[in-house]
Amino acid sequence: MCLAIPGKIVSLVPDQEHIGTVEVAGVRRKVDLGLLQEEPPKAGDWVLIHVGFAMSKISEQDALEQMHLLQMLGESDLAMQEVRGYGLEEDGDSGPPAAKAN
Amino acid sequence: MRFVDEFRDPELIAKASDEIRRLSDPNRHYRFMEVCGGHTHAIYRFGLKDILPSNIELIHGPGCPVCVLPMGRIDDGLAVAKDANVVFTAFGDMMRVPGTHGSPLEHKARGVDVRIVYSPADALQLARRNPDKQIMFFAIGFETTAPSTALTLMRAKAEGVKNFSVFCNHVTIVPGIRAILDSPDMRLDAFIGPGHVSTVIGCRPYEWIARTENKPVVTSGFEPLDLLQSIVMLLRQLKAGEAKVENQYKRVVPWEGNRAALKVLAEVFQLRPYFEWRGLGFISQSALKLRDEYAEWDAERRYPIPGTRVTDPKAAQCGEVLKGVLKPAQCKLFGNKCTPEHPIGALMVSSEGSCAAYYNYEHRKAAAMASSAGSAA
Ligand code: SF4
Repeated sequence: MCLAIPGKIVSLVPDQEHIGTVEVAGVRRKVDLGLLQEEPPKAGDWVLIHVGFAMSKISEQDALEQMHLLQMLGESDLAMQEVRGYGLEEDGDSGPPAAKAN
Repeated sequence: MRFVDEFRDPELIAKASDEIRRLSDPNRHYRFMEVCGGHTHAIYRFGLKDILPSNIELIHGPGCPVCVLPMGRIDDGLAVAKDANVVFTAFGDMMRVPGTHGSPLEHKARGVDVRIVYSPADALQLARRNPDKQIMFFAIGFETTAPSTALTLMRAKAEGVKNFSVFCNHVTIVPGIRAILDSPDMRLDAFIGPGHVSTVIGCRPYEWIARTENKPVVTSGFEPLDLLQSIVMLLRQLKAGEAKVENQYKRVVPWEGNRAALKVLAEVFQLRPYFEWRGLGFISQSALKLRDEYAEWDAERRYPIPGTRVTDPKAAQCGEVLKGVLKPAQCKLFGNKCTPEHPIGALMVSSEGSCAAYYNYEHRKAAAMASSAGSAA
Protein backbone atom coordinates (compact mmCIF):
# COMPACT_ATOMS: atom_id res chain seq x y z
CA MET A 1 0.00 0.00 0.00
CA CYS A 2 2.91 2.31 0.58
CA LEU A 3 4.06 1.48 -2.91
CA ALA A 4 5.06 4.41 -5.05
CA ILE A 5 4.73 3.57 -8.69
CA PRO A 6 6.55 5.52 -11.40
CA GLY A 7 4.55 6.62 -14.43
CA LYS A 8 4.89 8.96 -17.39
CA ILE A 9 2.20 11.50 -18.08
CA VAL A 10 1.08 10.99 -21.66
CA SER A 11 -1.76 13.50 -21.76
CA LEU A 12 -3.87 15.79 -19.65
CA VAL A 13 -7.64 15.46 -19.81
CA PRO A 14 -8.79 18.71 -21.47
CA ASP A 15 -11.93 19.54 -19.48
CA GLN A 16 -10.68 18.12 -16.16
CA GLU A 17 -7.34 19.75 -15.60
CA HIS A 18 -6.62 17.74 -12.46
CA ILE A 19 -6.76 14.41 -14.26
CA GLY A 20 -3.89 13.04 -16.33
CA THR A 21 -3.40 9.86 -18.29
CA VAL A 22 -0.22 8.11 -17.22
CA GLU A 23 1.57 5.16 -18.67
CA VAL A 24 3.13 2.59 -16.38
CA ALA A 25 5.01 -0.22 -18.13
CA GLY A 26 2.72 0.04 -21.14
CA VAL A 27 -0.53 0.27 -19.18
CA ARG A 28 -2.46 3.54 -19.40
CA ARG A 29 -4.59 4.81 -16.58
CA LYS A 30 -6.03 8.06 -15.36
CA VAL A 31 -4.60 9.46 -12.14
CA ASP A 32 -5.39 12.54 -10.10
CA LEU A 33 -2.75 15.29 -10.35
CA GLY A 34 -4.34 17.55 -7.74
CA LEU A 35 -1.53 17.11 -5.19
CA LEU A 36 0.97 18.67 -7.59
CA GLN A 37 -0.91 21.97 -8.01
CA GLU A 38 2.07 24.02 -6.92
CA GLU A 39 4.02 22.90 -9.94
CA PRO A 40 1.50 21.33 -12.31
CA PRO A 41 3.02 18.54 -14.37
CA LYS A 42 2.72 18.41 -18.14
CA ALA A 43 2.72 15.67 -20.73
CA GLY A 44 6.11 13.97 -20.81
CA ASP A 45 6.82 14.46 -17.11
CA TRP A 46 7.45 11.49 -14.82
CA VAL A 47 5.67 11.19 -11.49
CA LEU A 48 5.50 8.85 -8.53
CA ILE A 49 1.96 7.56 -8.07
CA HIS A 50 0.52 6.47 -4.75
CA VAL A 51 -3.05 5.10 -4.49
CA GLY A 52 -4.09 6.75 -7.74
CA PHE A 53 -2.64 10.19 -7.02
CA ALA A 54 0.59 11.63 -8.40
CA MET A 55 2.58 12.66 -5.34
CA SER A 56 5.87 13.94 -6.70
CA LYS A 57 7.65 14.69 -9.93
CA ILE A 58 10.81 12.72 -10.55
CA SER A 59 13.39 12.44 -13.29
CA GLU A 60 13.11 9.80 -15.97
CA GLN A 61 16.18 8.04 -14.62
CA ASP A 62 14.75 7.94 -11.10
CA ALA A 63 11.51 6.59 -12.55
CA LEU A 64 13.32 3.73 -14.25
CA GLU A 65 15.25 3.00 -11.08
CA GLN A 66 12.05 3.01 -9.05
CA MET A 67 10.57 0.39 -11.38
CA HIS A 68 13.73 -1.66 -11.00
CA LEU A 69 13.44 -1.35 -7.23
CA LEU A 70 9.87 -2.65 -7.32
CA GLN A 71 11.12 -5.60 -9.33
CA MET A 72 13.89 -6.26 -6.84
CA LEU A 73 11.40 -6.06 -4.00
CA GLY A 74 9.20 -8.57 -5.79
CA GLU A 75 6.43 -6.00 -5.89
CA SER A 76 6.24 -5.13 -9.56
CA ASP A 77 3.31 -7.51 -10.16
CA LEU A 78 1.51 -6.02 -7.21
CA ALA A 79 2.20 -2.55 -8.55
CA MET A 80 0.84 -3.43 -11.98
CA GLN A 81 -2.21 -5.04 -10.38
CA GLU A 82 -2.75 -1.78 -8.53
CA VAL A 83 -2.32 0.30 -11.67
CA ARG A 84 -4.77 -1.86 -13.61
CA GLY A 85 -7.09 -1.55 -10.67
CA TYR A 86 -7.32 2.23 -11.10
CA GLY A 87 -9.95 1.15 -13.52
CA LEU A 88 -13.22 2.26 -12.14
CA GLU A 89 -13.22 5.45 -14.15
CA GLU A 90 -12.65 3.54 -17.36
CA ASP A 91 -16.15 2.04 -17.36
CA GLY A 92 -14.52 -1.32 -17.77
CA ASP A 93 -14.11 -0.67 -21.49
CA SER A 94 -10.38 -1.15 -21.62
CA GLY A 95 -10.80 -4.28 -19.62
CA PRO A 96 -9.43 -3.62 -16.13
CA PRO A 97 -10.65 -6.22 -13.70
CA ALA A 98 -13.43 -4.93 -11.51
CA ALA A 99 -11.83 -4.54 -8.12
CA LYS A 100 -12.23 -7.97 -6.67
CA ALA A 101 -11.51 -9.16 -3.21
CA ASN A 102 -9.47 -12.24 -3.63
CA MET B 1 24.69 -11.70 0.21
CA ARG B 2 21.43 -12.05 -1.68
CA PHE B 3 20.41 -10.20 -4.83
CA VAL B 4 23.89 -8.87 -5.16
CA ASP B 5 23.92 -9.19 -8.92
CA GLU B 6 20.65 -7.30 -9.12
CA PHE B 7 22.12 -4.42 -7.18
CA ARG B 8 22.56 -1.46 -9.42
CA ASP B 9 26.11 -0.87 -8.45
CA PRO B 10 27.78 -3.69 -6.52
CA GLU B 11 30.99 -1.70 -6.30
CA LEU B 12 29.27 1.17 -4.56
CA ILE B 13 27.59 -1.31 -2.23
CA ALA B 14 30.98 -2.76 -1.31
CA LYS B 15 32.35 0.72 -0.78
CA ALA B 16 29.48 1.74 1.47
CA SER B 17 29.81 -1.40 3.53
CA ASP B 18 33.56 -0.78 3.95
CA GLU B 19 32.77 2.74 5.02
CA ILE B 20 30.30 1.41 7.58
CA ARG B 21 32.96 -0.88 9.02
CA ARG B 22 35.46 1.97 9.13
CA LEU B 23 33.11 4.40 10.84
CA SER B 24 31.59 2.05 13.41
CA ASP B 25 33.27 1.51 16.72
CA PRO B 26 33.63 -2.26 17.27
CA ASN B 27 33.26 -1.77 21.01
CA ARG B 28 29.93 -0.07 20.66
CA HIS B 29 26.50 -1.58 19.94
CA TYR B 30 24.39 0.61 17.66
CA ARG B 31 20.61 0.52 17.59
CA PHE B 32 19.05 2.28 14.60
CA MET B 33 15.30 2.36 14.10
CA GLU B 34 13.90 2.32 10.58
CA VAL B 35 10.56 4.00 11.08
CA CYS B 36 8.93 2.97 7.82
CA GLY B 37 7.52 -0.49 7.09
CA GLY B 38 8.65 -0.18 3.47
CA HIS B 39 12.21 0.03 4.77
CA THR B 40 11.66 -3.03 6.98
CA HIS B 41 10.50 -4.98 3.95
CA ALA B 42 13.49 -3.83 1.87
CA ILE B 43 15.98 -4.61 4.65
CA TYR B 44 14.82 -8.23 4.91
CA ARG B 45 14.33 -8.66 1.21
CA PHE B 46 17.86 -7.53 0.41
CA GLY B 47 19.43 -9.36 3.32
CA LEU B 48 21.07 -6.16 4.55
CA LYS B 49 21.72 -7.78 7.92
CA ASP B 50 24.27 -9.98 6.13
CA ILE B 51 26.11 -6.88 4.92
CA LEU B 52 26.12 -4.95 8.19
CA PRO B 53 28.58 -5.63 11.03
CA SER B 54 26.91 -7.50 13.87
CA ASN B 55 27.12 -4.55 16.25
CA ILE B 56 24.72 -2.52 14.08
CA GLU B 57 21.22 -3.59 14.99
CA LEU B 58 18.23 -2.42 12.98
CA ILE B 59 15.06 -2.04 15.03
CA HIS B 60 11.76 -2.06 13.17
CA GLY B 61 9.56 0.91 13.80
CA PRO B 62 5.82 1.58 13.83
CA GLY B 63 5.51 2.77 10.21
CA CYS B 64 3.12 0.14 8.90
CA PRO B 65 -0.39 1.63 8.83
CA VAL B 66 -2.18 -1.70 8.79
CA CYS B 67 -0.15 -2.90 11.76
CA VAL B 68 -0.79 0.01 14.11
CA LEU B 69 -4.55 -0.03 13.68
CA PRO B 70 -6.17 -1.56 16.76
CA MET B 71 -8.58 -4.40 16.13
CA GLY B 72 -11.50 -2.46 17.56
CA ARG B 73 -11.41 -0.02 14.65
CA ILE B 74 -11.71 -2.87 12.15
CA ASP B 75 -14.63 -4.26 14.14
CA ASP B 76 -16.27 -0.82 14.13
CA GLY B 77 -15.85 -0.41 10.39
CA LEU B 78 -17.27 -3.85 9.73
CA ALA B 79 -20.17 -3.18 12.10
CA VAL B 80 -21.23 -0.30 9.85
CA ALA B 81 -20.89 -2.53 6.80
CA LYS B 82 -23.47 -4.95 8.19
CA ASP B 83 -26.08 -2.35 7.28
CA ALA B 84 -27.57 -3.89 4.15
CA ASN B 85 -27.13 -0.78 2.07
CA VAL B 86 -23.51 0.01 2.95
CA VAL B 87 -20.59 -1.06 0.77
CA PHE B 88 -17.31 -1.36 2.73
CA THR B 89 -14.37 -0.37 0.52
CA ALA B 90 -10.71 -0.52 1.49
CA PHE B 91 -7.26 -1.15 0.06
CA GLY B 92 -6.29 -4.77 -0.53
CA ASP B 93 -3.87 -4.64 2.43
CA MET B 94 -6.81 -4.40 4.82
CA MET B 95 -8.70 -7.39 3.51
CA ARG B 96 -6.96 -10.14 5.47
CA VAL B 97 -6.45 -8.23 8.69
CA PRO B 98 -8.21 -10.12 11.48
CA GLY B 99 -11.09 -8.50 13.33
CA THR B 100 -12.75 -10.08 16.36
CA HIS B 101 -15.27 -11.81 14.11
CA GLY B 102 -13.01 -12.30 11.12
CA SER B 103 -11.32 -10.19 8.49
CA PRO B 104 -13.09 -8.03 5.91
CA LEU B 105 -12.58 -10.87 3.44
CA GLU B 106 -14.28 -13.35 5.76
CA HIS B 107 -17.16 -10.92 6.14
CA LYS B 108 -17.42 -10.79 2.38
CA ALA B 109 -17.69 -14.57 2.28
CA ARG B 110 -20.61 -14.23 4.67
CA GLY B 111 -22.40 -11.89 2.31
CA VAL B 112 -21.31 -8.45 3.57
CA ASP B 113 -20.64 -6.15 0.61
CA VAL B 114 -16.86 -5.69 0.93
CA ARG B 115 -14.82 -4.49 -2.04
CA ILE B 116 -11.16 -3.76 -2.73
CA VAL B 117 -10.32 -0.40 -4.20
CA TYR B 118 -6.87 0.71 -5.22
CA SER B 119 -7.56 4.39 -4.73
CA PRO B 120 -9.98 6.47 -2.65
CA ALA B 121 -10.92 8.09 -5.97
CA ASP B 122 -12.25 4.71 -7.07
CA ALA B 123 -14.42 4.46 -3.96
CA LEU B 124 -15.90 7.85 -4.86
CA GLN B 125 -16.45 6.64 -8.41
CA LEU B 126 -18.37 3.64 -7.06
CA ALA B 127 -20.59 6.09 -5.21
CA ARG B 128 -21.26 8.11 -8.37
CA ARG B 129 -22.16 4.92 -10.21
CA ASN B 130 -24.36 3.44 -7.50
CA PRO B 131 -26.56 6.25 -6.20
CA ASP B 132 -28.82 3.73 -4.48
CA LYS B 133 -25.97 2.44 -2.29
CA GLN B 134 -23.91 4.02 0.48
CA ILE B 135 -20.21 3.69 -0.24
CA MET B 136 -17.93 3.88 2.79
CA PHE B 137 -14.17 4.12 2.34
CA PHE B 138 -12.23 2.64 5.28
CA ALA B 139 -9.20 4.93 5.15
CA ILE B 140 -5.84 3.95 6.58
CA GLY B 141 -2.35 5.32 6.15
CA PHE B 142 0.15 7.91 7.28
CA GLU B 143 0.72 11.30 5.67
CA THR B 144 1.67 9.57 2.43
CA THR B 145 -1.90 8.44 1.89
CA ALA B 146 -3.99 10.95 3.83
CA PRO B 147 -3.77 13.73 1.18
CA SER B 148 -5.36 11.40 -1.39
CA THR B 149 -8.30 10.75 0.93
CA ALA B 150 -8.56 14.48 1.64
CA LEU B 151 -8.62 15.44 -2.03
CA THR B 152 -11.22 12.76 -2.71
CA LEU B 153 -13.41 14.26 0.02
CA MET B 154 -12.97 17.72 -1.51
CA ARG B 155 -14.12 16.35 -4.86
CA ALA B 156 -17.10 14.60 -3.23
CA LYS B 157 -18.12 17.83 -1.52
CA ALA B 158 -17.67 19.97 -4.63
CA GLU B 159 -19.83 17.60 -6.65
CA GLY B 160 -22.30 16.99 -3.84
CA VAL B 161 -21.92 13.22 -3.87
CA LYS B 162 -23.94 12.38 -0.76
CA ASN B 163 -23.82 8.60 -0.75
CA PHE B 164 -20.09 8.56 -0.01
CA SER B 165 -18.39 8.58 3.37
CA VAL B 166 -14.96 8.05 4.90
CA PHE B 167 -14.23 6.02 8.04
CA CYS B 168 -11.02 7.80 8.88
CA ASN B 169 -8.09 5.99 10.51
CA HIS B 170 -5.31 8.18 9.20
CA VAL B 171 -2.43 8.56 11.63
CA THR B 172 0.55 10.88 11.76
CA ILE B 173 4.06 9.53 12.09
CA VAL B 174 5.76 11.98 14.43
CA PRO B 175 3.67 11.28 17.57
CA GLY B 176 4.30 7.57 16.98
CA ILE B 177 8.05 8.21 17.05
CA ARG B 178 7.64 10.33 20.17
CA ALA B 179 5.73 7.54 21.92
CA ILE B 180 8.55 5.13 21.16
CA LEU B 181 11.18 7.53 22.44
CA ASP B 182 9.13 8.01 25.60
CA SER B 183 8.80 4.33 26.34
CA PRO B 184 11.19 3.42 29.14
CA ASP B 185 12.34 0.07 27.75
CA MET B 186 13.61 1.61 24.54
CA ARG B 187 17.16 2.67 23.83
CA LEU B 188 17.90 3.95 20.34
CA ASP B 189 20.90 5.71 18.85
CA ALA B 190 19.44 7.14 15.66
CA PHE B 191 16.61 6.98 13.12
CA ILE B 192 16.36 6.07 9.47
CA GLY B 193 13.56 8.47 8.54
CA PRO B 194 10.63 7.42 6.37
CA GLY B 195 10.91 8.03 2.64
CA HIS B 196 7.45 8.55 1.22
CA VAL B 197 5.85 10.15 4.28
CA SER B 198 8.58 12.76 4.00
CA THR B 199 7.66 13.64 0.40
CA VAL B 200 4.54 15.12 1.99
CA ILE B 201 5.70 16.45 5.37
CA GLY B 202 9.32 17.19 4.46
CA CYS B 203 12.21 16.92 6.91
CA ARG B 204 11.46 19.71 9.38
CA PRO B 205 9.02 17.72 11.54
CA TYR B 206 11.94 15.52 12.65
CA GLU B 207 14.12 18.37 13.84
CA TRP B 208 13.05 18.00 17.49
CA ILE B 209 14.41 14.44 17.47
CA ALA B 210 17.86 15.83 16.73
CA ARG B 211 17.53 18.92 18.88
CA THR B 212 15.84 17.73 22.05
CA GLU B 213 16.53 14.00 21.93
CA ASN B 214 20.02 14.42 20.54
CA LYS B 215 19.54 11.64 18.00
CA PRO B 216 20.49 11.81 14.32
CA VAL B 217 17.81 11.30 11.67
CA VAL B 218 18.47 10.53 8.01
CA THR B 219 15.51 10.38 5.61
CA SER B 220 16.24 7.47 3.32
CA GLY B 221 15.33 5.92 -0.01
CA PHE B 222 14.48 2.25 -0.38
CA GLU B 223 17.26 0.78 -2.47
CA PRO B 224 20.03 -1.20 -0.77
CA LEU B 225 22.51 1.53 -1.60
CA ASP B 226 20.17 4.22 -0.21
CA LEU B 227 19.85 2.37 3.07
CA LEU B 228 23.58 1.73 3.38
CA GLN B 229 24.35 5.35 2.58
CA SER B 230 21.87 6.46 5.21
CA ILE B 231 23.63 4.25 7.76
CA VAL B 232 26.96 5.79 6.74
CA MET B 233 25.48 9.25 7.28
CA LEU B 234 24.15 8.28 10.72
CA LEU B 235 27.51 6.79 11.75
CA ARG B 236 29.33 9.93 10.60
CA GLN B 237 27.11 12.07 12.78
CA LEU B 238 27.52 9.78 15.76
CA LYS B 239 31.28 9.71 15.32
CA ALA B 240 31.42 13.49 15.17
CA GLY B 241 29.12 13.72 18.18
CA GLU B 242 26.46 15.50 16.12
CA ALA B 243 22.72 15.14 15.89
CA LYS B 244 20.95 16.65 12.92
CA VAL B 245 18.36 15.84 10.29
CA GLU B 246 19.78 14.94 6.90
CA ASN B 247 18.10 14.00 3.66
CA GLN B 248 19.58 11.05 1.77
CA TYR B 249 16.50 10.76 -0.48
CA LYS B 250 16.80 14.20 -2.06
CA ARG B 251 15.81 12.93 -5.48
CA VAL B 252 12.26 12.44 -4.19
CA VAL B 253 11.94 14.25 -0.84
CA PRO B 254 11.91 18.06 -0.84
CA TRP B 255 13.10 19.50 2.48
CA GLU B 256 9.86 21.46 2.86
CA GLY B 257 7.60 18.61 1.74
CA ASN B 258 4.68 18.97 -0.66
CA ARG B 259 2.90 22.23 0.14
CA ALA B 260 -0.14 21.50 -2.02
CA ALA B 261 -0.65 18.18 -0.22
CA LEU B 262 -0.23 19.82 3.20
CA LYS B 263 -2.82 22.44 2.24
CA VAL B 264 -5.32 19.78 1.22
CA LEU B 265 -4.71 17.94 4.51
CA ALA B 266 -5.32 21.09 6.54
CA GLU B 267 -8.47 21.91 4.59
CA VAL B 268 -10.17 18.56 5.25
CA PHE B 269 -8.69 17.12 8.44
CA GLN B 270 -7.98 18.18 11.99
CA LEU B 271 -6.07 16.39 14.72
CA ARG B 272 -7.97 14.11 17.07
CA PRO B 273 -7.19 14.80 20.73
CA TYR B 274 -5.98 11.21 21.00
CA PHE B 275 -6.13 7.91 19.12
CA GLU B 276 -5.35 4.35 20.06
CA TRP B 277 -2.43 2.63 18.35
CA ARG B 278 -2.00 -1.10 18.56
CA GLY B 279 0.69 -1.84 21.09
CA LEU B 280 1.46 1.79 21.83
CA GLY B 281 -1.85 2.65 23.49
CA PHE B 282 -3.49 6.07 23.33
CA ILE B 283 -1.26 8.73 21.79
CA SER B 284 -2.36 12.33 21.90
CA GLN B 285 -2.74 14.29 18.67
CA SER B 286 -1.62 11.33 16.62
CA ALA B 287 -4.49 10.86 14.19
CA LEU B 288 -6.75 12.79 11.86
CA LYS B 289 -10.49 13.25 11.73
CA LEU B 290 -12.75 15.09 9.32
CA ARG B 291 -13.41 18.76 10.00
CA ASP B 292 -16.97 19.90 10.73
CA GLU B 293 -17.26 21.20 7.16
CA TYR B 294 -17.00 17.58 6.06
CA ALA B 295 -19.25 16.12 8.77
CA GLU B 296 -21.75 14.93 6.16
CA TRP B 297 -19.09 12.64 4.67
CA ASP B 298 -17.80 11.40 8.01
CA ALA B 299 -18.84 7.75 8.54
CA GLU B 300 -18.25 8.12 12.27
CA ARG B 301 -20.92 10.81 12.43
CA ARG B 302 -23.26 9.31 9.88
CA TYR B 303 -23.53 5.83 11.39
CA PRO B 304 -23.77 4.54 14.92
CA ILE B 305 -20.28 3.30 15.84
CA PRO B 306 -20.01 0.70 18.58
CA GLY B 307 -16.64 2.06 19.75
CA THR B 308 -15.28 -1.42 20.23
CA ARG B 309 -12.12 -1.86 22.26
CA VAL B 310 -10.54 -5.26 22.20
CA THR B 311 -7.28 -6.37 23.63
CA ASP B 312 -5.11 -8.52 21.41
CA PRO B 313 -5.03 -12.25 22.16
CA LYS B 314 -2.94 -12.70 25.30
CA ALA B 315 -0.07 -14.62 23.79
CA ALA B 316 0.22 -12.23 20.82
CA GLN B 317 3.08 -9.81 21.35
CA CYS B 318 2.34 -7.45 18.49
CA GLY B 319 2.72 -4.43 20.75
CA GLU B 320 6.25 -5.31 21.86
CA VAL B 321 7.25 -6.11 18.30
CA LEU B 322 5.76 -2.84 17.02
CA LYS B 323 7.74 -0.89 19.59
CA GLY B 324 10.89 -2.74 18.64
CA VAL B 325 11.27 -4.21 22.12
CA LEU B 326 10.94 -7.77 20.81
CA LYS B 327 12.06 -9.27 17.51
CA PRO B 328 9.28 -11.00 15.55
CA ALA B 329 10.63 -14.48 16.22
CA GLN B 330 10.54 -13.77 19.98
CA CYS B 331 6.75 -13.67 19.94
CA LYS B 332 5.38 -16.95 21.31
CA LEU B 333 2.98 -17.34 18.42
CA PHE B 334 5.47 -16.60 15.66
CA GLY B 335 5.68 -19.33 13.05
CA ASN B 336 3.40 -21.74 14.89
CA LYS B 337 -0.02 -20.25 15.60
CA CYS B 338 0.70 -17.09 13.63
CA THR B 339 1.87 -17.38 10.01
CA PRO B 340 1.17 -15.39 6.83
CA GLU B 341 -1.36 -18.10 5.88
CA HIS B 342 -3.13 -17.84 9.27
CA PRO B 343 -2.25 -14.45 10.71
CA ILE B 344 -3.21 -13.63 14.29
CA GLY B 345 -1.77 -10.13 14.27
CA ALA B 346 -1.70 -7.53 11.52
CA LEU B 347 2.10 -7.51 11.50
CA MET B 348 1.89 -10.92 9.87
CA VAL B 349 -0.51 -9.75 7.13
CA SER B 350 1.02 -6.73 5.49
CA SER B 351 4.24 -7.14 3.52
CA GLU B 352 5.40 -4.08 5.43
CA GLY B 353 4.74 -5.72 8.78
CA SER B 354 7.94 -6.87 10.43
CA CYS B 355 6.57 -10.34 11.31
CA ALA B 356 5.61 -11.07 7.68
CA ALA B 357 8.91 -9.66 6.39
CA TYR B 358 10.87 -11.71 8.89
CA TYR B 359 8.83 -14.83 8.19
CA ASN B 360 9.03 -14.56 4.41
CA TYR B 361 12.77 -14.02 4.26
CA GLU B 362 14.56 -15.15 7.43
CA HIS B 363 12.27 -17.88 8.69
CA ARG B 364 11.74 -19.57 5.33
CA LYS B 365 15.48 -19.39 4.64
CA ALA B 366 16.28 -20.99 8.00
CA ALA B 367 13.63 -23.68 7.45
CA ALA B 368 15.03 -24.47 3.99
CA MET B 369 18.54 -24.71 5.43
CA ALA B 370 17.39 -26.96 8.23
CA SER B 371 15.58 -29.29 5.85
CA SER B 372 18.50 -29.52 3.42
CA ALA B 373 20.84 -30.21 6.37
CA GLY B 374 18.38 -32.85 7.54
CA SER B 375 18.23 -34.56 4.15
CA ALA B 376 22.03 -34.47 3.86
CA ALA B 377 22.43 -36.23 7.20
S1 SF4 C 1 3.92 -13.32 15.34
FE1 SF4 C 1 1.77 -12.77 15.05
S2 SF4 C 1 0.95 -12.48 17.08
FE2 SF4 C 1 3.20 -12.47 17.28
S3 SF4 C 1 3.76 -10.31 17.15
FE3 SF4 C 1 3.85 -11.11 15.08
S4 SF4 C 1 1.80 -10.68 14.20
FE4 SF4 C 1 1.64 -10.44 16.43
